[in-house]
Amino acid sequence: MIARIAWKNIWFKPLNTALSIILLTASVAIITLLILLEEQFEKQFDSNIDNIDLVLGAQGSPLQLILSSVYQVDAPTGNIDYTEAKTWMKHRFVQTAVPLAFGDNYRGFRIVGTTPDYLTVYGKGVKEGKVFAENFQVVIGSAIAQKMNIKVGDKFFGSHGDAAEGELHEDHAYIVTGIAAPTGKVIDNLILCNVPSVWAMHDEEGHEHTEGEERHPDGAGDYSHDNESTLTDGHDHDAVAENEHHHEEEISEEGKEITAVLIKFRSKMGIVMWPRLIAQNTKMQAASPAIEINRLFSLFGIGLQALQYLAYGIMFISGISIFIALYNTLKERKYEFALLRVNGASRLQLLWLVLIESLLLCITGFIFGTIVGRVGLSLISGQSESEFKMSFNPFEFVWQKEGYLFGLTIFVGILAAVLPAVKAYRLNISKTLANA
Amino acid sequence: MIYTKNIRFAYGKSTSFSFPDVAASSGQSLLITGGSGKGKTTLLHLLGGLLRPQSGEVFIEDTNIATLSEKKLDRFRGQHIGLVLQQAYFVASLNVLENVVLASWLATGKQAAAKAGQLLEQLDLKDHLHKLPSQLSIGQQQRVSIARALINEPKLLLADEPTSSLDDENAYRVADMLTHLAKQYGTALVIVTHDQRLKDRFPNQISL
Repeated sequence: MIARIAWKNIWFKPLNTALSIILLTASVAIITLLILLEEQFEKQFDSNIDNIDLVLGAQGSPLQLILSSVYQVDAPTGNIDYTEAKTWMKHRFVQTAVPLAFGDNYRGFRIVGTTPDYLTVYGKGVKEGKVFAENFQVVIGSAIAQKMNIKVGDKFFGSHGDAAEGELHEDHAYIVTGIAAPTGKVIDNLILCNVPSVWAMHDEEGHEHTEGEERHPDGAGDYSHDNESTLTDGHDHDAVAENEHHHEEEISEEGKEITAVLIKFRSKMGIVMWPRLIAQNTKMQAASPAIEINRLFSLFGIGLQALQYLAYGIMFISGISIFIALYNTLKERKYEFALLRVNGASRLQLLWLVLIESLLLCITGFIFGTIVGRVGLSLISGQSESEFKMSFNPFEFVWQKEGYLFGLTIFVGILAAVLPAVKAYRLNISKTLANA
Repeated sequence: MIYTKNIRFAYGKSTSFSFPDVAASSGQSLLITGGSGKGKTTLLHLLGGLLRPQSGEVFIEDTNIATLSEKKLDRFRGQHIGLVLQQAYFVASLNVLENVVLASWLATGKQAAAKAGQLLEQLDLKDHLHKLPSQLSIGQQQRVSIARALINEPKLLLADEPTSSLDDENAYRVADMLTHLAKQYGTALVIVTHDQRLKDRFPNQISL
């Protein structure tokens, strides 16, 4: 009954109530969004660097190397020589080394030349069909299969470079031999084939290119020259082409290039020693995903922190708004309180009444905030999915952090109500009614 | 039934009151009159347990309310004392019926909705059950507060200037209703007033 009076009371002043709830909703929504975003972002980033101690790639920004080769979001730093990379891949420290060669895409999904190890070490194997064995056989990520409705046995043509609008490679069709098991990692959005497929796809073009270099000054022009990464265009062509003139169809590894190598060490010594070793002895670099991602997060962190402070600020203001609303109405409501006492209400019941009113506002605000935050996340998720192939789950609950947030909201509610509630508790009924 | 013995009360050191003994049995009405500053309202608050006397005893039935603890007094007041004030106050967000029902819930823990409806009907408020108190006229509000005071069938009904803000017609009506209902429920009725219109209607009077 007390709760019902409290409920009726808060709706008796709809504007005050709306203001308090809106403020609370805003702050809770922002904080909820940040909690979910941070949690899922880190989880996604962290799950993708499981089993990767170092990434070997062309010199340039180490962060770019990690983003491109591990997360498949940025353009690659460049190419490295396969034979040179191979000597390091066979190093005694190394447990697994998975080469990556980028070249094409299919409707925006990257086609990555690699070894079947990629599927087993970083994925969960194939769900349907079998792993690629020959050139131009591909295994597609589960998310692509679902979105593009591709089945085992289907054929498609890749486009050059990273953009879906790239030049189409119409000479060779890829044939789908398997669909990867869903992992929730980047592999869900990749198309995997063997490395020679990537070379072969571009060797043929290499021939054409050498003949008509003028017509194709920069291949499909997907990457800028600085980020030269596909295996064909620009300067690489000539070398590749020259090499290839000798052996017509057969593909040798001689002089071939790949984009990066994902390395897991047997001995953790490698993590410490390799970056310098590689930098001194080769034209490559070795970057640690853990370090780079940490660096990235600390950059993000400042922005997230600022948003968080803003949200706490709004929560503070909503606390004040509730306090003012309760305190202001106390003056007109003191007769009401005196009357309740006359009718047999105890002091404690009045204290509860005020407290419950405040808590109702806070709980309503929290519920709305939690919902609005999740709606926000699903909007962001839609956007990040199309841009970065990274999606967030708005229905996940981070119980601990959201529990703290709920506790904080309740605390704000109690704090705002304490003074008015105590005033109601201490009300002198005789004096109040006599001075009426 | 109510009776008092030698009650005294003081506000600070300057103003102190010593009240004559008051007694009213069930179904009986008593009018307490006196000019302003004589402590009419103070006496009423003492009788209703809103104030505690400095000395003396206030017996309602067999309970000396001057000795009850704060919490017990709240309960006792809710169950056994009905109060009608000069100005009617309500929980503004609840409608007329809910306000009356609330009084029954606070006193007994049960919501006597049917009885509240019946009582309000008897007080000619049948058409106003679901209005907010602020939508009623002052006379109507006063009648609602009578219904609220009587919902728990108290042993004592106290009225503080119940008619002073009403016109003649409404004043007589309220006075009639009070005496009538007090008889019906066997409640001792004590009215504190300076309203001349009431003095002719109540034979039992004490002047302060």
